[in-house]
Amino acid sequence: MSNVPVNNGRRRFLTAATVVVGGVGVAGVAVPFIGSWNPSARAKAAGAPVEVNVSKIEPGQLIRAEWRGKPVYVVRRTEETVNGLAKHDDQLRDPNSEKAQQPSYATNAYRSIKPEFLVALGVCTHLGCAPTHHGDDFDQHVAGVSNGFFCPCHGSKFDMAGRVFQGVPAPLNLVVPEHSFTSEDTLLIGVGQGDA
Amino acid sequence: MLANFMAWMDKRLPLTDAWNKHLAQYPAPKNFNFWYFFGSLAMLVLVNQILTGVWLTMSYEPSGDGAFASVEYIMRDVDYGWLLRYMHSTGASAFFVVVYLHMMRGLMYGSYQKPRELLWIFGMLIFLVLMAEAFMGYLLPWGNMSYWGAQVIISLFGAIPVIGDDLTLWIRGDYVISGATLNRFFALHVIAMPLVLVILVFLHILALHEVGSNNPEGIEVKKKKGSIPVEEQSKFTFHKQYTDKYDIVDAIPFHPYYSVKDIMGVAGFLILFCWVMFFAPEGGGYFMEAPNFEPANGLKTPEHIAPVWYFGPFYTILRVIPDKLLGAIGMFSAIIVLFLVPWFDRGVVKSVKYRSKLHLFNLIQFSICFVVLGALGTLPATPVYNMMGTIASFGYFGFFVALWFYSKNEKCKPVPERISH
Repeated sequence: MSNVPVNNGRRRFLTAATVVVGGVGVAGVAVPFIGSWNPSARAKAAGAPVEVNVSKIEPGQLIRAEWRGKPVYVVRRTEETVNGLAKHDDQLRDPNSEKAQQPSYATNAYRSIKPEFLVALGVCTHLGCAPTHHGDDFDQHVAGVSNGFFCPCHGSKFDMAGRVFQGVPAPLNLVVPEHSFTSEDTLLIGVGQGDA
Repeated sequence: MLANFMAWMDKRLPLTDAWNKHLAQYPAPKNFNFWYFFGSLAMLVLVNQILTGVWLTMSYEPSGDGAFASVEYIMRDVDYGWLLRYMHSTGASAFFVVVYLHMMRGLMYGSYQKPRELLWIFGMLIFLVLMAEAFMGYLLPWGNMSYWGAQVIISLFGAIPVIGDDLTLWIRGDYVISGATLNRFFALHVIAMPLVLVILVFLHILALHEVGSNNPEGIEVKKKKGSIPVEEQSKFTFHKQYTDKYDIVDAIPFHPYYSVKDIMGVAGFLILFCWVMFFAPEGGGYFMEAPNFEPANGLKTPEHIAPVWYFGPFYTILRVIPDKLLGAIGMFSAIIVLFLVPWFDRGVVKSVKYRSKLHLFNLIQFSICFVVLGALGTLPATPVYNMMGTIASFGYFGFFVALWFYSKNEKCKPVPERISH
């Protein structure tokens, strides 16, 4: 042991340098731990498009398809419903679908490719529940609107174009997924119009 | 023989010393009442949860394909499987019952006040971890309510601007709640969270024994060293860690006096616990909800989503705010304000017994609002209920705001120097 006086400045520098290098090491080690929580390659691969035959859907009927584990609602809207869509625009948050909740080819008054068929994710934009379809008794939730979607979890309301009503927790319209018609009767969910 | 063994041990590990410091010579105020049962009961339930939990993992299968069936298997085919599962599920609800009462005790008697702020914060951290633990445990049976409850709660993080959607994806580990989510929740529920919980409980007790227990009078039993004549000091032998620094008055050793009292509490508690476990394990649909008896179905939300009863108060606050981000903020704030109680309360008198009528009223209205919020959380969201929920939410937060204002110059009764009964 030498009796050289302690150089405090050097000690502090060495301590700080050790802390910095150690900190970088800890941050480096954290990467695999955090990264392993990301969706695995298998989860990413399981997203194939889904075909739906729409010829059997009755007017006014809703069918559910499963795509990427999520429910997709396909509704054949009656002419009356389609014509009624514009009547309650003033009660909606985003009547003209300005927020990017749908592909460009569905950014229209019906939020769909064909006015007859609504294709929307059955996932409430509030906290992700599946809204319930009310085919003829929706006016208990919104006076004067006979059909729409009501989310049982927190009471969010959507019209038959998946547009959200004002004064409910959900902030956005229902998502219209990429979809296209490969023939008159065949709907392909997951592949956009013009991408196939 | 035993004495020799203990002497051998004590030379190598401070066993006898720790026993004395924390039990046989720990000075506990002599006036603990009914409300002081719930700390030890919470520990009992924790032991029950760990023990039954370990046994359940022996037959449970943590996978999207096997989870639901393995719970049925435990219920029907494993010897005593039904009992172990009901002990665990009833234990979860019992845990929150005793913890809520334990917290209420702290609020009533000012047990969070200086110098017990850190003790309170450890307690709140335990509460927070307990909620995470319960939430993750509820996904494991992989019933339909498990699934959609998790969907709703994880989606809450999606309300955070910019990073929200990526964060929810990262938490789920998939684009929807799936087996990947189930497996990580299982790992956290059976390993990570219990470890953290046990460490926090340890710290909670260590911090308690450092500052000493409060009591219904809110009068300290540790007095300044040399301020109390010997004949007025407590006649019991206390550990020198306490007597070196303080004169101890009106206190008795935790063991055997309160260990015996707590055994009475345990007996009473177990009677109620067993009644629920054997005669009403589903708790009338509040402990185990009906939709959870069908397997998770990502395409079908149950008609009426309700959290388990113990999340009700916070869930109602979330629901009555008609905005996604603000709702989530409101819900988390309801927990954060509890953390900050020691600083909302600017008074020096601890026990409600010696505080103003206003404080008593504030505590009562807070308790009522909490119960109302909890009840509403299990009911559907109708306009009338939402209105009630809004009022109760104001009452809940109002407690803290009002406390901050009146506690500064509150008119309290004089607090005696000593505990007189």
